[in-house]
Amino acid sequence: MLKYIVKRVFLEIVTIWAVATITFFLMNMVPGGPFLSEKAISPAATAALEAKYGLDKPLFQRYLTYMIDAAHGDFGDSLKQRGRTVMDIILMKFPVSAKVGGISVLVSLLLGIPLGCIAALKRGKFLDSLISVVATCGIAVPSFVICTVLMYTLGVNLKLLPTMGLSSWKNYIMPVMALSFYPTAYIMRLMRSSMLDVLGQDYMRTAKAKGLAGHVILFKHALRNAILPVVTYVGPMLAYTLTGSFVVEKIFTIPGLGGEFIGAINGRDYTLIMGTTIFLATLIIIMNVVVDIVYKLVDPRIKLK
Amino acid sequence: MAEYLVDIKNERLSFFTPAGEVKALNDVSIRLKEGEVLGIVGESGSGKSVTAYSLMGLTAHPGKLLGGTLEFNGHHIETMTEKEMCKIRGNEVSIIFQDPMTSLNPVYTIGNQIMEVILLHTDKNKQQAKERAKELLELVGINEPEKRLKQYPHELSGGMRQRVMIAIALACEPKLLIADEPTTALDVTIQAQILELMMELKEKLGMAIIMITHDLGVVASMCERIAVMYAGRIIEYGTTEDIFYNPKHQYTKGLIRSIPRLDTKEHERLVPIEGTPVDLLNPPKGCPFAPRCEACMKICLREMPPVTNFGEVHYTQCWLNQKEEMEKGAAK
Repeated sequence: MLKYIVKRVFLEIVTIWAVATITFFLMNMVPGGPFLSEKAISPAATAALEAKYGLDKPLFQRYLTYMIDAAHGDFGDSLKQRGRTVMDIILMKFPVSAKVGGISVLVSLLLGIPLGCIAALKRGKFLDSLISVVATCGIAVPSFVICTVLMYTLGVNLKLLPTMGLSSWKNYIMPVMALSFYPTAYIMRLMRSSMLDVLGQDYMRTAKAKGLAGHVILFKHALRNAILPVVTYVGPMLAYTLTGSFVVEKIFTIPGLGGEFIGAINGRDYTLIMGTTIFLATLIIIMNVVVDIVYKLVDPRIKLK
Repeated sequence: MAEYLVDIKNERLSFFTPAGEVKALNDVSIRLKEGEVLGIVGESGSGKSVTAYSLMGLTAHPGKLLGGTLEFNGHHIETMTEKEMCKIRGNEVSIIFQDPMTSLNPVYTIGNQIMEVILLHTDKNKQQAKERAKELLELVGINEPEKRLKQYPHELSGGMRQRVMIAIALACEPKLLIADEPTTALDVTIQAQILELMMELKEKLGMAIIMITHDLGVVASMCERIAVMYAGRIIEYGTTEDIFYNPKHQYTKGLIRSIPRLDTKEHERLVPIEGTPVDLLNPPKGCPFAPRCEACMKICLREMPPVTNFGEVHYTQCWLNQKEEMEKGAAK
């Protein structure tokens, strides 16, 4: 196991390097730059700024400098947010997004798994159809629509919940609902189909023939086999949800990392683009390794090589 | 104590599918004494497994018991609740399934799966259950039981897994073991080993066995009684000698003709039973075998034949037998 993890870490460093390289060159191919604005800045001032941040140097040299610094843990200063390093921004914004995202993931698991199981057990009955309809809606309706509908009904008309910021626990309700709607629906569908598959397996009949009670059969014999597809999905989903959703954060005015991704790209804040991309890539990779290890723990047939 | 361990009388069972009612069992009656071995033979869909499963309350979803009584070891299965059934299953009656490759849960160890049933039905604690599991593995001829307990199903071969299934089935020393085509998925040498093991264990433990198979060779060597099923009916029932040396029903005769024999010449063709099995969604009015029967008479297409007895045990459901017996009776 340890050998596997060490091997994976080395492999993933290569992956992160590849992601960083591709992002670096793609980002520089896009027209525009951090110091272009509607207000005309004198060419001299622009040149001075570019010189300060090293943007006047040839592309490849900039790439080498950045990679060497990044390898030492220095992701540079933000080009647009004066006086802040990229690391500062990520460390300040990530916890905000992660808190909302973490709660959402928890909610989607706690709702999605049981509802999916129920749908499978009540296959073809009314409850199954109801759950399937809700799940289809959850997958089809984009999050900005859900956000707007929630805000309009619960926030504006009924005045039940605050519509912006994160000052009290009530503020979390709507963003969490909006963020967890899609994953809940997705997990429900995954769970339903894999549960149906497992319920038809021969070993379920064996379990019943042993005289085990219904709940033991379900929780011991079925769930552990049926949960694998959900584990696969939750890993990367966790990485995306923790780093925040641009749409949801924008609508509910949450000062999270999701906004920074888009803000950085729009403002050509090169160092921040690199920083957030590498951060997200690392998180996804870590989650994938964790998923592989959880897989091994759930299903002994899987060999980690 | 009742005279019979198993006493199924006039069982009728249907599956209510979207396409309509499938009459899987029609008036099936089976009796079995303690320690007896009964073979149920018949082609796919003839109701062999359904009969056995219903005795364990394992009838699959759209299936419904419509009539008849099922007595087992003093219990009236047809009136029992699911909770009461759970106490019997795996305890007084166990089952071995056809495919050992898929019948064990892949994510739990062999030990876990054997101990589970011991812990459920006995007062043994974990340590004692483990000891018993080891004992069982030795009993079914698995070497290094200590090591096997910690292994997962995918680490064992098919024959080994079937042995484990047998160990699970025998864990609580059941009165009745149902073997649902236990050797179909295994290769021939392993088949012989498993059958030998089952007979050996039967001698040791004295349980009754219901052997479901379409392999006539298996029933000939193992069973004392044989029920031949066709289209959800027992069309002939008798001792092994009756069935093999004195078959009465045209279907049974056909089955026995179709067995390859040692003295069959090299390019000689086997004799098949012509036609296809009946569609149980729309069973014919008369004898279900009539459309394929060489000796079919007019009445066969109109009415279901009554039971013709040839002695204490041996009986058939066939108009031809009925006619012959009546003629014999008249001649006397």
